[in-house]
Amino acid sequence: MNTDTKPVKPEIGIDRSVGDFRYDVDYEYDAGIGLSEKTIEYISNVKDDPDWVRRFRLAAYRKFQDMPMPTHWASDDLENIVFDNIRYYLSQGTEAKRSWDDVPEAMKKTFERLGIPEQERKFLAGVEAQFDSEAAYSNIKAAVGEQGVIFVGSGEGLAKHPEIFRKWFGKVIPTGDNKFSALNSAVFSGGSFIYVPPGVKVTHPLQAYFRINAENFGQFERTLIIADEGSEVMYMEGCTAPKFETATLHSAVVELVAMKGAKIQYVTVQNWSANIFNLVTKRGLAHEEAEIKWIDCNIGSRLTMKYPGVIMKGRKARGEVISIALASDGQHQDTGAKMIHAADETTSNIVSKSISVGTGRSTYRGLVHVPKHLKGCKNNTECDALLINSHSRTDTYPAISVRGQGNACQHEASVSQISEEQIFYMQQRGISKAAAMSLSVNGFVNDLVQQFPMEYSVELKRLIELEMEGSVG
Amino acid sequence: MSATMTEPKTDICPVWPEWFLDQQKAASADYEATPKPTRKDEPWRFANLAAIDLSDFQAAAPVASEGRLINASEGLPEVAARLIFGNNVLLHQEASGLPSGVVFKPLEVAARENEELFRQYFMAQPVELGSHRYAALHKAKLTTGAFLYVPKNTEVALPIEIFHWVEGEHASVFPHTLVVCGENSKVTVIDHFKSADGKRAFSCGVNDLHLERGAQLTYVAVQEWAPESLAFHINSTVVDRDASATALAVNFGGGFVRGESLSRLVGEGARSEMFSLNPMDGQRQIDQRTLQDHVAPNAFSDLLYLNALDGKARTIFAGLIKVGKKAHRTDAYQKVRNIMLSEEAEANSMPGLEILADDVRCTHGATSGEINEEELFYMEARGIPEPTGRRLILNGFFQTLLARLQSAPLRAHLSRLVSKRLGVASSEE
Repeated sequence: MNTDTKPVKPEIGIDRSVGDFRYDVDYEYDAGIGLSEKTIEYISNVKDDPDWVRRFRLAAYRKFQDMPMPTHWASDDLENIVFDNIRYYLSQGTEAKRSWDDVPEAMKKTFERLGIPEQERKFLAGVEAQFDSEAAYSNIKAAVGEQGVIFVGSGEGLAKHPEIFRKWFGKVIPTGDNKFSALNSAVFSGGSFIYVPPGVKVTHPLQAYFRINAENFGQFERTLIIADEGSEVMYMEGCTAPKFETATLHSAVVELVAMKGAKIQYVTVQNWSANIFNLVTKRGLAHEEAEIKWIDCNIGSRLTMKYPGVIMKGRKARGEVISIALASDGQHQDTGAKMIHAADETTSNIVSKSISVGTGRSTYRGLVHVPKHLKGCKNNTECDALLINSHSRTDTYPAISVRGQGNACQHEASVSQISEEQIFYMQQRGISKAAAMSLSVNGFVNDLVQQFPMEYSVELKRLIELEMEGSVG
Repeated sequence: MSATMTEPKTDICPVWPEWFLDQQKAASADYEATPKPTRKDEPWRFANLAAIDLSDFQAAAPVASEGRLINASEGLPEVAARLIFGNNVLLHQEASGLPSGVVFKPLEVAARENEELFRQYFMAQPVELGSHRYAALHKAKLTTGAFLYVPKNTEVALPIEIFHWVEGEHASVFPHTLVVCGENSKVTVIDHFKSADGKRAFSCGVNDLHLERGAQLTYVAVQEWAPESLAFHINSTVVDRDASATALAVNFGGGFVRGESLSRLVGEGARSEMFSLNPMDGQRQIDQRTLQDHVAPNAFSDLLYLNALDGKARTIFAGLIKVGKKAHRTDAYQKVRNIMLSEEAEANSMPGLEILADDVRCTHGATSGEINEEELFYMEARGIPEPTGRRLILNGFFQTLLARLQSAPLRAHLSRLVSKRLGVASSEE
């Protein structure tokens, strides 16, 4: 394609699209800039989509065209997304070449501080692909494969397991759910497909990190996880290290299906660079006695809009969202949760903590819905916000609808500043102000950080220390 | 709304000054030019817009018997002064306990005799919570209302009482109360909104409260419109340095009530308490939007809204605490509590925060639940039948809010009204 026009910008690191790990490919794919039916057809051709996927994409594209921007409630910053300037499909041939010298100093320093191994740093900075992770991925794949677990890219999932894939694909999050889910449905590529057979408790946490490293982050990734009756699985995506990219729009769709008695935990830690619009739709469907838990940590990006949700469709289903957001200078973390109670005795819990540093803004947006004729539904929502500087901003916009009696919902939120007394106490004992501040912030989120897997929680703490360093004074 | 309603009735309010009539013409044009709200408008999220159909309402005719309404205006046993309005006309005026300098008169008279004050305070706050269109309608149709000015360092010992009556099927009224409290003044005002005949009517009312430095105001609105009526109550309160406002809205009636309350804290040390008490039943709906706007530092605001929902009642509460860039050391609270009493009831709560300053303490909460079974059991064990037990518990739920009012006679009066509404014996009798 048009690779002669300056090898893009340092657009992305590497191949961000292909569902499988294929470095030996010798083609160059690039759907060009901008979005039209032709782009969609092109993507379908490259990916060799079956007819139903082609129709699905085109229908989604039309929906995307018809739907207005949600600026009547969301940030006006969305208007700054220029859809015509975005590449919707890129593959290896068009990857930008970048050398380690091009990587900003601040980022190198961050890698160092986070203790990220040399090899990984290069991958994260988009300098090279990290081939090592392929081995890690194959190991996990082999280990869980013995239990009958399918853990592949979504492209491979729809090609090789259409009978399971098609049944749930687009069912939890319909194409027209919002403008960006429609966009994702039109141009999706990459992401994971996981199926856990009945009764299987997956021993390894499934790390998208390795799989995705092997094929690169998807700009429009699409993940579908199905946990069959009585099974359990934990999935992790992202990492605390900043991901250096110049592609400005990331719009993923993640659908979870927990059948009767199944448990899914989905852990996300994301640290996008400050130019990225990260607009993600995540929702789970919990059947009888099933449990879906989203553990979500958002750091970085220009604007993140993400409200993981759980539809509790079966009796005694449970939904949970644990969320940490850190908004630094110039960033807006617009995150929250949606809990749709659709059966008796369903329970949900939302705990959200946000920190606004410098001119950062964090927003909690929540929806709790209890329709009528349900009994014994309970929701608990707690959101706490911490403001570090006088230019920081925080907002809370929950909406709670309860119909009928016999249910209980409670929502509580608080906003506070770092306690002067705590800082004073620590300074008195010889701890510098900056260190005292980061200790205090770490204390604020500590109970939630504990819920993250070990390596994440360690990195998170370091990251908070880093973010706090520049904010004092 | 019929054609006769869209033109200001200059013939029935010949006493307004010319400059105000010009303002009314502009307001009428503003009303026509402002589009109707849609659910896409954030201030109208969850709103039942179909309920806002003004087409079958018309201008109210003069009331049949002024004497009957004056006699029926039962309020507090002792008051400093009273104004009674019926269908947009002043019916009665009395003042026995007003200190000198206190101005308490119909609006149109104040517009002529106290022009400066009137121009400074009359509808001076922009309507920010969604009903700009209906505030414009109110202004265009306004014929009279209550104007109260309490001068500097003056305390009115007894409460001041105002009645707004509506009579007749599909009649429209535009009640207005404007209270201006001078520096370090103190006053209590109670506004009654009543239906003379229980017929479906339309009310579009505005009441504005202004507190200068150190002033103290308690303001209570008791709304008892007919159960099928449509009503807008658009309120704003501006609190200056060290002043303290307590405003309570009691909604006993109305089929569809939209209440908008804005409290702006413009001086350091200002305090604003915003309360509402809503026993809801039948098909009644109440849609309340509030804003606690902290402009100045070191101010305090506290909002507590209590809803009990029976039958097919529906409530919307959308509140926002906004702490501006300069409003450091703000202390703000907001809480809505819904008690669900039936299968068909629906409560929507949207308690919001927007914080642009640091060093603030803000909390908000929303709860929806049912009557505590253990409390009911306790009473049943003591021979109190369940329906009575439920009413007693609800009465207790509302009385906790009334306990926060300073004035004892006012508390007793409201307590009696609440107990009567719930059908339980009043502890005050």
